[in-house]
Amino acid sequence: MADFDAIVIGAGCAGNVAAYTLASAGKAVLVVERGNYAGAKNMTGGRIYTHSLAKVFPDYQDAPLQRKITHERISLMSPDSNFTVDYSARELEEAGNESYSVLRGPFDQWLAEKAENAGAEYIYGIAVEDLIIENGKVSGIIAFGDEITADVVILADGVNSLLTSKAGLSKKAPAINQVAVGAKETIELPAEVIESRFLCNPGEGSSWLFAGDCSNGIVGGAFIYANQDSVSVGIVATMSEVLKQDIPVYQMLENFKQRPEIAPLIRDGKTVEYSGHVVPEGGLHMMPEIVGDGVLVAGDAAMLCMNLGYTVRGMDLAVASGQIAGEAAIKALDAGDTSKAGLAQYKTMLDNSFVMRDMKLYESAPEFLETSPMMFRGVPEMLRDIMTPLFKNNGEPRQHVMQIAMPVVKKMGLFKLAKFAMKAVKSL
Amino acid sequence: MIEITVNVDEKLSLNKFNVDEENAHIKLKEGVKASDPEFLKLVKCCPAALYKVPEEGDEPIFDYAGCLECGTCRMICGETILEKWEYPQPTMGIEYRFG
Ligand SMILES: Cc1cc2nc3c(=O)[nH]c(=O)nc-3n(C[C@H](O)[C@H](O)[C@H](O)COP(=O)(O)OP(=O)(O)OC[C@H]3O[C@@H](n4cnc5c(N)ncnc54)[C@H](O)[C@@H]3O)c2cc1C
Ligand code: SF4
Repeated sequence: MADFDAIVIGAGCAGNVAAYTLASAGKAVLVVERGNYAGAKNMTGGRIYTHSLAKVFPDYQDAPLQRKITHERISLMSPDSNFTVDYSARELEEAGNESYSVLRGPFDQWLAEKAENAGAEYIYGIAVEDLIIENGKVSGIIAFGDEITADVVILADGVNSLLTSKAGLSKKAPAINQVAVGAKETIELPAEVIESRFLCNPGEGSSWLFAGDCSNGIVGGAFIYANQDSVSVGIVATMSEVLKQDIPVYQMLENFKQRPEIAPLIRDGKTVEYSGHVVPEGGLHMMPEIVGDGVLVAGDAAMLCMNLGYTVRGMDLAVASGQIAGEAAIKALDAGDTSKAGLAQYKTMLDNSFVMRDMKLYESAPEFLETSPMMFRGVPEMLRDIMTPLFKNNGEPRQHVMQIAMPVVKKMGLFKLAKFAMKAVKSL
Repeated sequence: MIEITVNVDEKLSLNKFNVDEENAHIKLKEGVKASDPEFLKLVKCCPAALYKVPEEGDEPIFDYAGCLECGTCRMICGETILEKWEYPQPTMGIEYRFG
């Protein structure tokens, strides 16, 4: 007889939801989290699309979410210009479509409390060092020298999982062109200041993503999310790309903050935290095996994340995959078979959900971004060379838009540009 | 020459850390030099700027105390110049209040 029906490793979005799902069905669940509380080790951009959260918690509006996102902004930055699209639509604010800015410290603790109230047990402050594997089946964990057994183990230990490889489900580490390093500052500002700077009503906020010069022209980007009393300002850069240029990651963030377009947004703000984290960006092709004998993998540990340039998604996928892993584990436990075959329905259930549907839809996005350097250096400059003459009046002869744009486009190569645009609309 | 205008140590000092003075959870291999191309990768990629090239000499500077436990150095150099990369001992390390 095992000590628990299920052990969940990691109290992030995926782990807490898996534990909640299992505990709600009356299963004996243990969650082991290495942080001293849920969220203590976690960081995100970020904004969470709440559709998958609402499916698990009908009262998700009570969660410590920051601001409802009512402004979508995306920018292409050249070294000396910035082109921004500012989009808002009532439909994006409707229940089911809406998204919120979020800080993981408070949010993950709320999720853990939900699971605890449903009956899950938690051990904090200890990392699981290894898995107990008997006759090829994962049958428990080793943490701080202690062995604890369970019929099923769910790995929800994030992108830097040390355990998926120990379970024989992945290689030791992802390839460095499939992962990005992120650095962020949380900067406190009064709520009214945030609302006036980001043009939002009280309680409402904005998401703002940047590509181009903010990552020194390499694959990557910057972000600003408006929280209740702070803004999250950060950069994300693909590791293999950082190595192709000279600016260290921490300096990229500083350069971004100093930009004349950005500095006024955070002026007089007080930085209260500096955080770093890895983003899995390789999409479908970097996923590990997600089902093994006695073991399931969910969330970032399964590399369920997508960075499309105009939006980043990982948390809604983590929540949904955590729920589905919990449901698959319940079925296997009820059937008395937590072998690989007994757990295999997790894969089918995930395949039939939006999680794998979207992962498959955006299968070619990572490759598009990696093989289209002009998106990060080239297109931002082209936009500048078209836009600046529109607004420049200095008494010299003016030209029609056509006369301005054609030479610029020709310089880039009309064919090259058309091919790029075609690829973009097909993969993003 | 890239201009470094930011003091990352100052930013790290805003964070809450429980520093484990006894155990280094990340260790460089014996004999690694600051001029080693692998080491220079970490100088560029570690968001906490914990890998540093000294002003003089070729001894690499690395201090695990401000580590954000992101895993970047493990992914880039885990198989080359890192002797070990583990999560810190129980209750130790970074503790995000905002995240
Ligand atoms: C800079 C950045 C910006 C992002 N922006 C967005 C965004 O705007 N929107 C979005 O949806 N997503 C975004 N993401 C992605 C999103 O943050 C992740 O997809 C999401 O956090 C994954 O949740 P998770 O529960 O799978 O993993 P995590 O949140 O990483 O949770 C893993 C947990 O496991 C614990 N753990 C790890 N190893 C062990 C062990 N051995 N023993 C015990 N516990 C362990 C960790 O402490 C942690 O609590 C962003 C990510 C980054 C880095
Ligand atoms: S884990 Fe991250 S913060 Fe820590 S030393 Fe490595 S790169 Fe730097």
